[in-house]
Amino acid sequence: MNTKVNLAGMEMKNPVTVCSGTFGYGREFSQFFDLSKLGGIITKGTSLKPKNGNPPPRVCETASGMLNAIGLQNPGVEYFAQNDLPFLRKYDTKVIVNACGNSIEEYVELCKILNTLDIDGVELNLSCPNVKEGCMAFGNSYEGVKSVTSQVRKVLDKPLIVKLTPNVTDIVSIAKAVEDAGADGVSLINTLLAMKIDIYKKAPVLANVTGGLSGPAIKPVAVRMVYQVAHAVKIPILGMGGIMNGEDAVEFMLAGATAISIGAGNFIDPYTSVKTVDGIENYMKQQKIEDIHEIIGVVK
Amino acid sequence: MAKQMQAKLLEKKQLTKDIYHFKVQADEIVKEAKPGNFIEIRVTDQTEPFLRRPISIYNIEPEKGILEFIFQVKGKGTQMLAKKEEGQTIDIIGPLGFGTFKLDGKQNIAILGGGIGIFPLYELAKQAKQKGMTVNTYLGFRNQDYVVLEDEFQAVSSKLVMTTDDGSYKQKGFAIDFLKQDIEKQNIDAIYACGPLPMLKAVREFAIQNNIECQISLEEKMACGMGVCLGCAVKKAQSPKEAPEYYHVCKGGPVFQAKDVEI
Repeated sequence: MNTKVNLAGMEMKNPVTVCSGTFGYGREFSQFFDLSKLGGIITKGTSLKPKNGNPPPRVCETASGMLNAIGLQNPGVEYFAQNDLPFLRKYDTKVIVNACGNSIEEYVELCKILNTLDIDGVELNLSCPNVKEGCMAFGNSYEGVKSVTSQVRKVLDKPLIVKLTPNVTDIVSIAKAVEDAGADGVSLINTLLAMKIDIYKKAPVLANVTGGLSGPAIKPVAVRMVYQVAHAVKIPILGMGGIMNGEDAVEFMLAGATAISIGAGNFIDPYTSVKTVDGIENYMKQQKIEDIHEIIGVVK
Repeated sequence: MAKQMQAKLLEKKQLTKDIYHFKVQADEIVKEAKPGNFIEIRVTDQTEPFLRRPISIYNIEPEKGILEFIFQVKGKGTQMLAKKEEGQTIDIIGPLGFGTFKLDGKQNIAILGGGIGIFPLYELAKQAKQKGMTVNTYLGFRNQDYVVLEDEFQAVSSKLVMTTDDGSYKQKGFAIDFLKQDIEKQNIDAIYACGPLPMLKAVREFAIQNNIECQISLEEKMACGMGVCLGCAVKKAQSPKEAPEYYHVCKGGPVFQAKDVEI
């Protein structure tokens, strides 16, 4: 049985990766399982300089999901390169750094550094809904996405995937901007901009007022966007949004995703990602599928 | 190292109309558990409710592999947990939290608990007593209907003061006020506290003013419980106002030196 896929130039042993911000830099999960079992690891969103993040409360539970407004807290690329990358490199898995910035200059500066590191690829974060500048501010227009992506492309030789926000009117045009700018792949979706109100305090639950919705609640939206984008661009798609098991992963792949990411599912069961690897194989066995490519984008 | 396991529910007791005491077999978890640690419980294998419930550890018996926790039914997650029957298993990750209660070098300690915040203080008091320390315990409750675990804390305390806000049981008033009176009369090496935020704020301020070491156990909304999601932020004390810095309750805590955090 072949479960190998090539995502944006990265040869992965299986299509299962983990979403940025739901897996840290891998250490915590390494106490539960061998990280080499994953096709790839997408790191916590990492910026040029350290970021402290938003005031609490930063998370809350919603129906079959959760909201977060972490605010991209991270130790910065220099700390990552010295402390986390050597750890991740001990495992036989692709290391993809989720890169975020406040301005085009910052994205470019960061990607210049990432280009020199021993990493397999970059996922450009143009979609975090919880910071005032950068990210989603670029990610919600064709021009914004194209200009950041093109500038980054000039300095980055490694595989470049761009992570998109679903908080747009036309996801297809945004995905086209990624392709037109010369990126190698597209990740979708980031969280949906959302809100929860405490009816007794008569106030928002999150200090940031709004946050990003993730978990099984958003899966149908994500599947729809993967399906639409798969029909409009040629670059491969990394699909994510509420995947909890092999069946969910297969659904994304049938819709057109070459690989998938486990996000909030990591929080409630640390084994969700490895169980998904097994779940995909079980589906293939049961359906007598020899090569995983037989399911990618099959739904027309 | 945290472990995930299916722990068998050995014994279930209802302490008040909404407080439950569970005893589970969790050898792997209790082996490494320290006073102040917590566990994350998944109450269903479905996705509703979605997140695990962080619950503090009440008592451990490492030689028997027994772990006990006590929780209040607050929402649908704890409601489902309360419906578990003896013999069933519970999906637990633990022990969690690197910031635990530290007893090293102490002789005479004060323990301050309020409401459901008293639960993680029991294992601490028990270990302190076993080490031969003088354990002065002050527990406050809203009224007599909320009073629990008096005998249990009596057994692990050198002195126990029980208070209710309305005086419906034992002393009337706030537990912290009785602690303050006693501290004027004797030397206390450290205060250990867990309870409602106003109580923690008051004891933190008192300890700083009087230059007494104070360790407090905090809670904040959290998703993963193991330092990944960075959700459960708590402000570092003395960090710049324009760019506040944060610890995380699940990783740096749940127990912090009171002077290190701004609450």
